[in-house]
Amino acid sequence: MNQSRTLNVVLGIYVAMVFAFVFAPIIFSMIFSFNSQRFPTIPLGEFTTEWYAKILADPDVWEAALNSLIVSCSTALIATFLGFCTAYSDFRYNFRFKGPYLALILLPPTIPLIIMALAMLAWFSKIGMSGQLYSIIIAHSVLTAPFAMAVIRLRLNQMDPDLESAAWNLGGSEWQTMRHVIIPFCKPAIFSALFLTAAVSFDEFAVSWFVSGLNKTLPVIILEIVQGNIDPQVNAIGTFVFLISMTLVVLAQVFFASRQMKSIKT
Amino acid sequence: MSKPLVVFDKVQKNFGNFVAVKELDFEIREGEFLAIMGPSGCGKTTTLRMLAGLETPSVGEIRLNDRGMNDVAPHERDTPLVWQSLALFPFLTARENVEFGLKMRGVDKAERRERALKWLAKMDILEFADRDISTLSGGQKQRVALARSLVMEPQILLLDEPLSALDAHLVIRMQAVLTDLQRELGITFVYVTHSQSEAFAMADRVIIMGKGEIAQIGSPKDIYREPANQFVAEFVGRNNILSGNVASLSDDTARITTPSGDFTVPTNEVRLTEGHNASFVISADLVHISMGEPEGSNKAQCKLISEEFVGSMVTLFLEDAQGHEFKVQMQERELSKFDLKSGAEIWLSWDTASAHVLNES
Repeated sequence: MNQSRTLNVVLGIYVAMVFAFVFAPIIFSMIFSFNSQRFPTIPLGEFTTEWYAKILADPDVWEAALNSLIVSCSTALIATFLGFCTAYSDFRYNFRFKGPYLALILLPPTIPLIIMALAMLAWFSKIGMSGQLYSIIIAHSVLTAPFAMAVIRLRLNQMDPDLESAAWNLGGSEWQTMRHVIIPFCKPAIFSALFLTAAVSFDEFAVSWFVSGLNKTLPVIILEIVQGNIDPQVNAIGTFVFLISMTLVVLAQVFFASRQMKSIKT
Repeated sequence: MSKPLVVFDKVQKNFGNFVAVKELDFEIREGEFLAIMGPSGCGKTTTLRMLAGLETPSVGEIRLNDRGMNDVAPHERDTPLVWQSLALFPFLTARENVEFGLKMRGVDKAERRERALKWLAKMDILEFADRDISTLSGGQKQRVALARSLVMEPQILLLDEPLSALDAHLVIRMQAVLTDLQRELGITFVYVTHSQSEAFAMADRVIIMGKGEIAQIGSPKDIYREPANQFVAEFVGRNNILSGNVASLSDDTARITTPSGDFTVPTNEVRLTEGHNASFVISADLVHISMGEPEGSNKAQCKLISEEFVGSMVTLFLEDAQGHEFKVQMQERELSKFDLKSGAEIWLSWDTASAHVLNES
């Protein structure tokens, strides 16, 4: 009893430290985004919203934010569609070379981002598609589709395989069954995949930086500001980006968790 | 009595090199309750799935109402199936589940709702119409699954071990529900099960399958009293099986020598040859017991090994001097007259007419 209590305390401290290490830099960045001093030093200066006002007044930041929004929304839709299709083909069909097929599909996230980014740049320049907003969307879709597939595949694996046959048996054609059974069943996972891929795309820097050309996204513009000089504006943008990404990830988790709960109940 | 609704014409199904079922050649009559029974892996579910169009025969043809069904897609058939897993749609309410088939067939909303509610009421679960499937009990889900299939008003209903997930007392109740429904609606039920009690309790006719082939087709009584071969006799259980050599033949009886003794059996229509092997069965409930040596030509002295009570019925497990197992089934109050202890020596005897000779399988 006593020993387990000590252990619990130690483990509690350990967990707290893990969280501290993960979140301390972000929290510091948030704090300094409201600090009047130019350099991040302690003691802090006065409270100010100057940096926020500055970035809100900067048309470059607005453009980057709009680009990021377009890229992440489009990526989410494309990647989730592709992910759903591959997950369903895995669920429904058995075919030769299915193992290599699945391995290939899951490959992109394991490639070092910088290699991926360089390869994308080289390829897009070759076929004359580099430097466009859609270049980033294509690259991000390739990068994030495996995440969508993994999430949706997990959900499909929870489905009673008789469910689809039951729909056919009750007079549903294959398309009707897709619409009235498979998609409703996968709905939580589809939403989860949409938010997750949007979050990954929104945060992604390396690929965006290489293929974006003049169409900068938020992570790219952050680097540009930092490259010039140390400017607390970065902290302000960072805070924004962090909050948006966190919201997306939390939403993805909420949908993920809700379907876990439901599957336990049924 | 009535014309065949379904014909299986020399149907065979292969999965790769594996032959799941072969030489399926039988008819399903209009309005009958047919059970297909066999141990797991015997091909009974494959047979049902072929009828629903979820598998296509590799050889032969299945005809429904004289129409060849081999090329008809599952959703174009009218053969609703009640699944072992129930396969209810978890994201729909009970009523929406029942409406599903009508929706697929393009029935308009008001009529769909009305018909679904009618069937939910008929199944005594109207109060759960708007409940989530996950909140219903096993028995309630079972009724939703039945309503979902019956709302299609089919000519034939397929059931794949629908009661296997239910508690014993619910099974008895659902058996009554099913037989009542079948009688009332007059539609054909094809019921797949591994449970002898379910098949015998409900079916007009039973098909026993083993290793992908039909072993016997007949009424429950035929199958119980006159099993066609050793496989059926063993599968039905509660049978005493004896094997030996035909010692002598007369007009309608034969004398068979077995390690457990010589016995007289009626030859029925089975062709026996003197000097050849033959097996026969005696149902456990047709064997009498006595303490002293009984009269008659069919008797064996045995030692009591164990007893098994099922309600008022008791089954005795005995062994003769050669170690051959015998089973005797009788009323408990009848048995209590004997005051038997484990290891007691008793005599078994039976009438010649109780024995049934098996075909070589």
